[in-house]
Amino acid sequence: MTTTERTAASHFLPSEEPLGLVSPDGKRVEQPGLPMPADEVLLRLHSGMVAGRRFDTQATALTKQGRLAVYPSARGQEACEIGAVLALRPQDWLFPTYRDSMAIVARGVDPIEVLTLLRGDWHCGYDPYRANVAPQCTPLATNTLHAVGFAHAARVKGEDTVSLVLLGDGATSEGDTHEALNFAAVWKAPVVFLVQNNGYAISVPLAKQTAAPSLAYKGVGYGMPSVLVDGNDAAAVHAATEQAVARAAAGEGPTLIEAITYRIESHTNADDATRYRERAEVEEWLERDPIARLKQYLTDRGLLTEQAQQEIDVRAEADAASLRERMNIDTVLDPAELFQHVYAEPTAALRTQAAELAAELEER
Amino acid sequence: MTATLDTKVSLAGALNRALADALSEDERVLVFGEDVGTLGGVFRVTDGLTDRFGEARVFDTPLAEAGIVGTAIGMAMNGLRPVVEMQFDAFAYPAFEQITSHLAKLRNRTKGHVELPVVIRVPYGGGIGGVEHHCDSSEVYYTHTAGLRVVTPATPADAYTLLREAIDCPDPVVFLEPKRRYWEKGTIDPTLRSPGLDRSVVRLEGSDVTLISYGGALGTTLEAAEAAADEGYQAEVVDLRSLAPFDLDTVAASVRRTGRAVVVHEASRFCGYGAEIAAQLSETCFHYLEAPVLRVGGFDIPYPAPNLERHHLPDVDRILDAIDRLQWDDSAPLADGEA
Ligand SMILES: Cc1ncc(C[n+]2csc(CCOP(=O)(O)OP(=O)(O)O)c2C)c(N)n1
Repeated sequence: MTTTERTAASHFLPSEEPLGLVSPDGKRVEQPGLPMPADEVLLRLHSGMVAGRRFDTQATALTKQGRLAVYPSARGQEACEIGAVLALRPQDWLFPTYRDSMAIVARGVDPIEVLTLLRGDWHCGYDPYRANVAPQCTPLATNTLHAVGFAHAARVKGEDTVSLVLLGDGATSEGDTHEALNFAAVWKAPVVFLVQNNGYAISVPLAKQTAAPSLAYKGVGYGMPSVLVDGNDAAAVHAATEQAVARAAAGEGPTLIEAITYRIESHTNADDATRYRERAEVEEWLERDPIARLKQYLTDRGLLTEQAQQEIDVRAEADAASLRERMNIDTVLDPAELFQHVYAEPTAALRTQAAELAAELEER
Repeated sequence: MTATLDTKVSLAGALNRALADALSEDERVLVFGEDVGTLGGVFRVTDGLTDRFGEARVFDTPLAEAGIVGTAIGMAMNGLRPVVEMQFDAFAYPAFEQITSHLAKLRNRTKGHVELPVVIRVPYGGGIGGVEHHCDSSEVYYTHTAGLRVVTPATPADAYTLLREAIDCPDPVVFLEPKRRYWEKGTIDPTLRSPGLDRSVVRLEGSDVTLISYGGALGTTLEAAEAAADEGYQAEVVDLRSLAPFDLDTVAASVRRTGRAVVVHEASRFCGYGAEIAAQLSETCFHYLEAPVLRVGGFDIPYPAPNLERHHLPDVDRILDAIDRLQWDDSAPLADGEA
């Protein structure tokens, strides 16, 4: 084959405005082609976001107490974190970044294992194969390629697995994102790219990141269907992700989703966001809170009672308390482990060095 | 497997045979990269493999080295054993982040949960009249990275067995192919396995001095050993084969026998692989050494243009000069600049 089949560019184009299903004041919005998730799913999205936010505030608090070395908060991005993850099937894989601890917890990984990295005990504290979650990725955009390779391998093996990769707006400028979108489209790999456009890459605003009409447009050049959604609308993120997962599973290839959201906290606890953005901007986004709007919608429709909300809050509080308690226990780290996972078998040099360290520790 | 013993093949042919045998014996093996499919690779190492094993197993990718290594990582996470080709040494640099930050580290980062049996084949080194960016000796970028194995064959027989063993290895392997030796012929025995992916071998026995080399420079070193014999020095030649891990046992045993050592490689000397060997030998064999460990290597310059490369590459004369300078006679004055 010397040329690709031509498909009209319009086929891949995102909408002009972000797709939404629930307005910021909690009203239903009709969106042709994007079906509203079932009530039961909406309730799970709601309780997931409440738990996610409680986890996030707990992690931030643990940082202040010196229990975590660093924490990049996802506060304000709950609709993306939870909406996307709940759209995955058990066999699917999540390829998260440093910002997505909340999503990983929602996927079923023990929060204490998730925080191993940020606590500074080891780089990845969970077994990726237990909940199908790749290690949190710090070098920007590099996880996009792992997701594509993983998904392609699934197809080679005849398995029905979709990769969902999370990345930020800044990461879309990295070369690896470009390569991953291209490989995925050429290979028709079952991958969903979810860009959480939270407005900033540390301090750099989107305007300095791209001149594209929207980040979703980046899919068009690769021949990839691209979707622009309201990233503070959990129903819309869930619906768009679910559609993309279904399309990927049906062999129709990858999708790029851009979700417009906002990072309420600083980049991490070590950052000072007042140096590069106005408080008024944050206030504006607080008005568009993802949890408040879905709660409003569910309450108005009589789907969420006062009592049910209380139960959700109590459960989130209990999870946070358990995490706090467990994080307050000092971990015992074994320095011998430093040498154990470099190669399948430690090399002669590593065995010597392990003995050196052991002798040094013995002396002290 | 159609194993024929004692077949004369080129080093490139031996690699081709190794890939073919691995592909037919293990369905998890995939071969991909730039132009490796229909064309069979710019050095023809993958010649005929797509025809034989199909597009799904041996295929061309878009032009993107980070993409090739990054997707190989994802595939290995999902149970496959990718063997990827970087077209030339210097064109592997776009993949450096994927190699050093992920390929090398994922086992460690996940306490052993994620295993990445990926082989990255890199044609490396000069001596073929290549224009710029086609002749780098990039080995120490990789050997300095914990978690990677780095091997380099110097003979067709080793090309076959080392590649088979690299593909079977549970660790990621950077497989450096000395491109100026691609067309040299030798016998291969596909049934044979080497003493180990991480072992060096003595190619020539001798009692006066140990010449330590690898990859493209090994042939030159063996020639030098022959010439040295004419001058009355019986040189032992060690072919490292494995650069990471470094087989200190084999090298040190030889140096303890001979008392003298010269390391020969194409790469620049400064922070080159020879510096590590010299350091390790002085740490472990000091009392056996009759002279400092010398290094013969390329100059500390960017790889030169084809019409000048002969001045850069270590040749037989330079190796012989180094042997001469090994303080054979304590009463002799030191040569200039050697104090
Ligand atoms: C390759 C690389 N370059 C730089 C960094 C340092 N860094 C960490 S996060 C970040 C900003 C990323 O912004 P974005 O992709 O929008 O994600 P967000 O942090 O907003 O979730 C930078 C520059 C990095 N982690 N990796």
